[in-house]
Amino acid sequence: MVLVLIAVVTAFPFVWLLATSLRGSGTVFSFPPVIIPRPPTLANYVGVWQTMPIGRFFLNTAYITGMGIAMTVVVSALAGYPLARMRFPGRDLIFYAIVGSLMLPQHVGLILNFVTMMRLHLIDTYAAVYLPSAASVFGIFLLRQAFLTIPNEIEDAARIDGASELRVWAQIMLPLVSPALATLAIIEFSAYWNSFLWPLIVLKSPDKYPLAVGLLYLSGLFAHNTRYVAAGAVVMTLPMIVVFLLLQRYFLRGITIGAVK
Amino acid sequence: MERQTLARSLPAARTGRRILTAYLFLLPALLLLGVFTFYPVTFGTALSLFEYDVITPPRFVGLANFRALWTDRYFWIALENSIKYLAVVPVLQGCAIVLAIWVHRSTRGLGWLRAAYYLPVVTSIVVVGILWRWLYDDAGLVNFILLRLGVVGAPVHWLASPGIALYAVMFVTLWKGLGYYMVIYLAGLEAIPPGYAEAAAIDGATAVQQLRHVTLPLLRPSILLATTLSAISALRVFEEVYVMTSGGPVYSTYTMFYYMFDQAFGALHLGYAAALGVVLAAVTIGLSVAGFRLLREGGLSYY
Repeated sequence: MVLVLIAVVTAFPFVWLLATSLRGSGTVFSFPPVIIPRPPTLANYVGVWQTMPIGRFFLNTAYITGMGIAMTVVVSALAGYPLARMRFPGRDLIFYAIVGSLMLPQHVGLILNFVTMMRLHLIDTYAAVYLPSAASVFGIFLLRQAFLTIPNEIEDAARIDGASELRVWAQIMLPLVSPALATLAIIEFSAYWNSFLWPLIVLKSPDKYPLAVGLLYLSGLFAHNTRYVAAGAVVMTLPMIVVFLLLQRYFLRGITIGAVK
Repeated sequence: MERQTLARSLPAARTGRRILTAYLFLLPALLLLGVFTFYPVTFGTALSLFEYDVITPPRFVGLANFRALWTDRYFWIALENSIKYLAVVPVLQGCAIVLAIWVHRSTRGLGWLRAAYYLPVVTSIVVVGILWRWLYDDAGLVNFILLRLGVVGAPVHWLASPGIALYAVMFVTLWKGLGYYMVIYLAGLEAIPPGYAEAAAIDGATAVQQLRHVTLPLLRPSILLATTLSAISALRVFEEVYVMTSGGPVYSTYTMFYYMFDQAFGALHLGYAAALGVVLAAVTIGLSVAGFRLLREGGLSYY
């Protein structure tokens, strides 16, 4: 029963947010709070769509998320492969340097990353948002672990048939590690979809904002029409929740791999 | 003769090619990590010895930034708040452990409950921040419930009172992080063979004794990891503060990372911000090492 109570405390604010976004009138502040709006209306969604570039924010987020995931997955799959399956000088050093970089004070790097983006004239571009996180230490580690579990015979057979290293990687290895690729893609989805601080730093023009930054901007402009802001918040949250509910297993696996091993 | 040299040099050439292939696979990752992790962290640390505003070239000032920090009252306020923020760690970890143990014990139909705990984790901090700003409002839901239950006589100004705001923000961190750490502990619990608890139960250990002498010691690696992770993120808290209070009222939620952000991207005092970053890193490393020692040597009983 306590478990149910805690679940209510963690989930109820979302129910209330949804209710607020469906309300016809009034503010979010009402006694008693409205849980079931009568009648529910989509007017706030229409309203926020017409008065604010929320569709634009949505597309920006989708683009940044898509590019970010694609780059992270490809880069991690490329780097994890030789670290798991090839012998070459410097391999262990490189692996420890990559994993060890997690212990570096990343927040200090934030300042220089901003300077780098300025030097590269990438400020206010989408590339500036997704490039710095495109090489994920977690992703490289995860895929290295996945590549390690593949039996040698499979690789040898392909090599005897004369396949090039890139072909072995793309056609034999990648399909075999697809669960790990999926896990990484899902974890990165939530990271890019929700990313806030870095886009806030490198993006200047509002028409390039992702939802997270746009929503905060919107909540400043619409301080008096909280129902619009609630509708925007639902638009941002819903895809994330749907993806999470459908793919819970991958999400949780991602944390467990990161945590236990 | 020619055949022989060819035969001898072939393996060498092949090895060379293999090494090259390996490095080509690694190239994108190493390039990106080099440019966006190793370079900025190294030079960001060095930047703390310079004065730099992006427009004029950096000027070496030695330890002047750190000396300025020493007499900067906002630095001390930020440091104090960041250290206060650490209070969220034991509460959060305690709740997560208890929740994980409950969830682990009960077996039926918990899928949806687990999802409910995890919902705040996957939600954007901006949505969470805006949501809680409304919930904390004088006429918001939290005050409504507390007034109805008779816990408070008048609405509490959660985010507007200097003495309360920091704790109100901390509660949101706890609310958002609970599901995440619960999953870490659940994974830890799954790894414990059930035989231990059974043996203890047969020897007549009570539930509390089992928890103290069997479960918690075996859970120690998870506790160590989760505590370190949450302490580091507590010291670097930024987003909750930015969205909910912007450091106010009267600097009562002004944290180290917030000050660094302000100095770097607001005031363009990049060198000064880097010095703040270095101090924050030093505090983080110091506390992690101390925490590690404490937990490893059992300074805290049975953790």
